[in-house]
Amino acid sequence: MRNPVMLYSVGKDSAVMLHLAMKAFYPSQLPFPLLHIDTTWKFKEMIRFRDETVARLGLNLLVRRNEAGLAEGITPFTHNSSIYTQIMKTEALKSALSSFGFDAAFGGARRDEEKSRAKERVFSLRSDSHGWDPKNQRPELWTLYNGRLKAGESVRVFPLSNWTETDIWQYIMRERIPLVSLYFAAKRPVVERDGQWIMVDDDRLPLRPGEVPEMRSVRFRTLGCYPLTAATESTAATVPDVLQEMLVARTSERSGRLIDHDEAASMEKKKREGYF
Amino acid sequence: MLGFAQTEELEVSSKCETVSDYLHAHERKSLLRFLTCGSVDDGKSTLIGRLLYDTQLLMEDQLAALAADSRRHGTTGDDLDFALLVDGLASEREQGITIDVAYRFFATEQRKFIVADTPGHEQYTRNMATGASNADLAIILVDARQGILDQTRRHSFIVSLLGIRHVVLAINKIDLVDYSQAVFDEIETAYRSFAEPLGFVSLQAIPLSARYGDNVLTRSAKLPWYQGPTLIEYLESIEVESDRRAAPFRMPVQWVNRPNLDFRGFAGTIVAGVVRPGDRVAVARSGVTTLVKRIVTQDGDLPEAGAGEAVTLMLEDEIDVSRGDVLAAAAERPEVSDQFAAHVLWMHDDPLMPGRPYLIKLATSTVGASVTHIKHRVDINNFAKLATKTLEKNEVGFVNIMTQAPLAFDPFCRVHDTGAFIIIDRITNHTVGAGMIDFSLRRASNIHWQALDVDMNARAIAKGQKPALLWFTGLSGAGKSTIANLVEKRLHAIGKHTYLLDGDNVRHGLNRDLGFTDADRVENIRRVAEAAKLMVDAGLIVLASFISPFRAERRMARDLFAAGQFVEIFIDTPLEVAEGRDPKGLYQRARNGLIQNFTGIGSPYERPEAPHITITPDISADEAAELIVSHLDRGCYLGTATG
Repeated sequence: MRNPVMLYSVGKDSAVMLHLAMKAFYPSQLPFPLLHIDTTWKFKEMIRFRDETVARLGLNLLVRRNEAGLAEGITPFTHNSSIYTQIMKTEALKSALSSFGFDAAFGGARRDEEKSRAKERVFSLRSDSHGWDPKNQRPELWTLYNGRLKAGESVRVFPLSNWTETDIWQYIMRERIPLVSLYFAAKRPVVERDGQWIMVDDDRLPLRPGEVPEMRSVRFRTLGCYPLTAATESTAATVPDVLQEMLVARTSERSGRLIDHDEAASMEKKKREGYF
Repeated sequence: MLGFAQTEELEVSSKCETVSDYLHAHERKSLLRFLTCGSVDDGKSTLIGRLLYDTQLLMEDQLAALAADSRRHGTTGDDLDFALLVDGLASEREQGITIDVAYRFFATEQRKFIVADTPGHEQYTRNMATGASNADLAIILVDARQGILDQTRRHSFIVSLLGIRHVVLAINKIDLVDYSQAVFDEIETAYRSFAEPLGFVSLQAIPLSARYGDNVLTRSAKLPWYQGPTLIEYLESIEVESDRRAAPFRMPVQWVNRPNLDFRGFAGTIVAGVVRPGDRVAVARSGVTTLVKRIVTQDGDLPEAGAGEAVTLMLEDEIDVSRGDVLAAAAERPEVSDQFAAHVLWMHDDPLMPGRPYLIKLATSTVGASVTHIKHRVDINNFAKLATKTLEKNEVGFVNIMTQAPLAFDPFCRVHDTGAFIIIDRITNHTVGAGMIDFSLRRASNIHWQALDVDMNARAIAKGQKPALLWFTGLSGAGKSTIANLVEKRLHAIGKHTYLLDGDNVRHGLNRDLGFTDADRVENIRRVAEAAKLMVDAGLIVLASFISPFRAERRMARDLFAAGQFVEIFIDTPLEVAEGRDPKGLYQRARNGLIQNFTGIGSPYERPEAPHITITPDISADEAAELIVSHLDRGCYLGTATG
């Protein structure tokens, strides 16, 4: 691997991965840039926090969007979530990786998040078209990762593979890692849509008949594009509060992600196509 | 997740304290990594699903998805089919088998667990080994109705080979044999006698039913005769820590940390032992020693760091250290050698070939290497040692390995992280094998590596080929030189090192003094053969194109070479065809009496009795060249497959 990049999604797993990297390379600076794929539908607060973090730590951040997709007017409302995700996230990511010639990309995915992630390698080989072939993965024994690549191939590296959600929160608390405030409860304008709370982060969210934004104390367990990321009602305003709530939670983390429910094996399908 | 009942009822005021207590407990909890293995249908996935369900790790949305999946794909009627939870990939749900390693996470009040769910089917044995490489304990499942099968034995052997010392024999589906103690006792006794040579430190047999939950988390009333622990009780209490901190200090260097001219540190994860500032450490390969100056972290310098911790070490002296080096306790250094004996598990469809160049990755260093000798293959059913020339996929062999540069290592049984390696194919980059070092083949007493004698084998490995003499024989005009030329071009194109000897380049120099008498013909061939022998010793693939009509002289040439180094290629073009071509007009001149002793006209051609390759004129020169190259490839002369 010659040209690595760290995928930075602004979420809590990214925060932990970034923190670990800062510690690992200390006192040197990170020897690679960060890459954020901006669909333009991220929460405003995420973008603000991202820029603040970059300034605070002196990072080299690259931001890429799918300009063609934007020009075509693709939004979470004009297209169903799987097409939208494919175009605005996956395609943008693939084109960014290709145009910079990155041959290794660090990601914060964990095996405990979802079934098909449970079989993901720590070093996950991608073809020159960024495809993932679950039947043709390299065996990973001990901690001996095989990062050798042919021209055009790349590898996605998941250093947090074996962390659980509890491990993540425990580490955030122990290391006092700053997080986007969206993880903590506050009064936010939301509408109830298909049984989930969707935040009205700006005036681009088309309201359906009968939908009236109301202020509720909510927080997010996972962060993505605001129209596709459901909030949970909560009063947990601190890390201990969040943990307390998590311990009694009966709904798993990714259920707030609307894109996972599209179809059976949806995540595996997205990953084969190059989704992180 | 643990402790729902308790935490729900907590006072809000004590929340913070409780959560930090919880986190503190979570942080202190030891982690047990285990794998489940057994034959297809022994119920591995069901057992893991049961563990997740019983330890309340499943969330409501996952349970809802499971209920839907159970109706669609399930095999358990109206009950939840726990296997569906675990079999993540779509093709597995369809085929009903687990084809990869899946990792699952759960925790109880005592411990955190990572489970590797590994495939049962024989063709996925390598995946099982993958799961085993990072596990401390193995649950070997046996279907109570089936007893011990070949797969049970194979998996037990792999588990033992990969250094796992603790085994649970889970005798599953006990409900289907009427909870019979006799069945349980019989299987346990058979297993203990089979597993005796595998050296497990602990072996616990537990009767259980993954489907109904008997003896998984809760003790079963249907098994009153069983007094031992439930599976969870056992997993929570088993002590597996072989104190890695007690071993001598080892830190493979991952990265040289050099932010500015005043700071030079060596970053890596300590894999064994403990280090403190002031300790004397050695760079294993060079043997140079120095003292540890500082243990640097972002949170301040440490007074001590041990196995499992990732640190940056600053040393007292400016010595040469780079990625791939191992920093080690100066008093107890690793072995340093370019030859060692190891057990290898082969994982790829293309078999392991001695002499073929591979890459070996051991700790943080990657070097060229080849297997010089397969001492034996191990029959995993009865542990018999069998002679073999190659290792096929899923086979285990005991081999000698030679590396292009010396490596620092420990026997696997002493320090896993500096004794384990993977084998990588140089062309495809696949991980094709996994190895565990048994011992060095050169005494490590000389810490400074002595250059090994550069012999033919060493040169051959450097060139990635098996040196040989290809002897093209046949009538004048048969096409020997044409075909030999095409073969050399093809070999050159795939990076092989060659040289072509023929009448033209030999008779003008080396053999300028020789004529065409019988004696001179013999001397001609003798000199050619001797020159070729030197070139083969230099590691080349030599092509010699000579009429060489007499068996005796071809035999003389052949006898200069070891078996396999001499390849006789008979260009079997009949006289009338060769004479019809007559590219140099020689036949015409011989017929006209202008050339004496011309082979085929005035002098006989003795056909080879058992050539390695025979080329007849019904194929083109290109096809002939292709046929010869593929013969060489099959015989492993070309190092790696040419596709």
